Amino acid sequence: MTNTIRELDQSVRFAPASTAPTPEPTIAVDVDGAARADLARLGTRRVVRLKHPGQWVAAALVLVLALNFVQTLFTNPAWEWAKVPTWLFSPAILTGLQLTLLATAISAVISFVGGIIVALARMSANPVLSGVSWFYVWVFRSLPLILVLLFLFNLGNLYPAIGIGIPFGPQLQVSTFTLLSPLALGVIGLSLSEIAYSSEVVRAGLLAVDQGQHEAAKALGIPRRRQFTRIVLPQALRSIVPSYVNQIVGLIKASSLLFYVSLLDLFGVAQNLSSTYPTDVIPLLVVATIWYLVLTSVISVIQFYIERFYARGVFRVLPLTPFQKVRRAIAGAVTSVRTAR
Amino acid sequence: MTAAAVAVHNATKAYGDKPVLRGIDLEVAPGTVTVIIGPSGSGKSTLLRAINHLEKLDEGVVVVGGELIGVREHRGRFHELKERDILRQRSRIGFVFQNFNLFPHLTILENITEAPISLGVTPAAATQLARELLASVGLEGKESAYPRQLSGGQQQRVAIARALAFDPEVILFDEPTSALDPELVGEVLAVIRSLTGTGRTLIVVTHEMGFAREVGDHVVFIDNGVIVEQGTPSAVLDHPQHPRTQNFLSKVL
Repeated sequence: MTNTIRELDQSVRFAPASTAPTPEPTIAVDVDGAARADLARLGTRRVVRLKHPGQWVAAALVLVLALNFVQTLFTNPAWEWAKVPTWLFSPAILTGLQLTLLATAISAVISFVGGIIVALARMSANPVLSGVSWFYVWVFRSLPLILVLLFLFNLGNLYPAIGIGIPFGPQLQVSTFTLLSPLALGVIGLSLSEIAYSSEVVRAGLLAVDQGQHEAAKALGIPRRRQFTRIVLPQALRSIVPSYVNQIVGLIKASSLLFYVSLLDLFGVAQNLSSTYPTDVIPLLVVATIWYLVLTSVISVIQFYIERFYARGVFRVLPLTPFQKVRRAIAGAVTSVRTAR
Repeated sequence: MTAAAVAVHNATKAYGDKPVLRGIDLEVAPGTVTVIIGPSGSGKSTLLRAINHLEKLDEGVVVVGGELIGVREHRGRFHELKERDILRQRSRIGFVFQNFNLFPHLTILENITEAPISLGVTPAAATQLARELLASVGLEGKESAYPRQLSGGQQQRVAIARALAFDPEVILFDEPTSALDPELVGEVLAVIRSLTGTGRTLIVVTHEMGFAREVGDHVVFIDNGVIVEQGTPSAVLDHPQHPRTQNFLSKVL
């Protein structure tokens, strides 16, 4: 076969210059009976995969750099790894972690519900609601979180008592300090700012739901509240969840700002301890790093399963969980080893 | 108010400054099949959607089963109905969409039971009803599938079953086969055909002329927001009087 092709090649190459080279020779191969048999044989030939040498160079480069860094982790005594495990589970750090978790969790729930309410108000046909909602988002997206927190912690100075009543008439009042604990103020600050962002995430998700879904729900006479809770929101959540989890991850880190209003969260405790034990600054930073990485990883796993839940009906077959993927990969490797024998 | 199952008087609507319906009068006798045909953009879908108040008319009234749709009369004036009352009216008018609009995150069974349960039917009764409806459109056994796991024809049959959940007197079909592959059109038309002669009033917007001729009692040709010609299928489809009807039919037949 190779001979045939080489001959054809040469016949083209040596053709007189006046006749333009045409693809005819290949067609001739196709028509010719013997050549067709050759083609059938060619059909079973393996194709050599395209090589990607750049990938290997890049991998080698990354490996060298990574190993260099890893080496310093062991050889550089300043890391003081021996101190890390002690600090990692020290009561002070765990108390800080607890506050970070508590403040983030409460704020995350409030911001989610609040975000839905503000988004619905924004999309409402009622101009007062949508105006107020727009104003709220405008204010709290503009202000740095630290500014909001400092304002709230000085609320006692600004308004020593909080109350409600008829303007210029009788009022019901409570002292600001008795009403709100520092943690409550911290959570309010985080939530106020977070709602502004999450409402936009929710709004984007709601807008992404097909108009036909709204129409079908209306045409069936499903009551309005149920249209939202059963038809529109579950579909919107599919696109809301990834962005909202992203917001929560941001929130965990934003909660470190609580340190500036004398609430000792994970970061705050690490910061405080490092001023008390100046020789342990690096191990304490490592401890904070480890805990933040753990928190984000746990959230990523939860995110995967929530996303999978809301993917019902979107894919004909649900995507595999990481465990299923690992199990399948092992099973695949086992069978390929067996067949190779 | 009127003996007609569906009556539309002076239906007028514009999108911005572009008129879509220009004073349409239509009466549909109970238990009959009315087929609405016409070029795209002629206003036929808008008219159909106005019948169950998915579109609000600028002018004109719609009466279904003797009841004004979307408005109530009070001291000689029309007042807009509250959304809750409009939803109640809609639940008694079946509507089948071109793109099915099944709820993709709910199973086939839940798609059918959702509306009845939301309006107070017990889940057990709704499930029982849904199973019967699924059987009647030839889809028993698909209860726990999700819509995207079905073919287009099967999805549209589910949508029809869903529209039948409240045993509506009037069912509106908005180009029910336009989004289907040609070989799937027949199964959906068969289901629609099975609904005729049961006392229900069907109004079908379609491009299926064969179906219009076979099943239709009355054919309405709409062009440019007005009814150009209407009558029996043979009168309108075989002996069109108006040049616009003749022109349209020459293109689609």
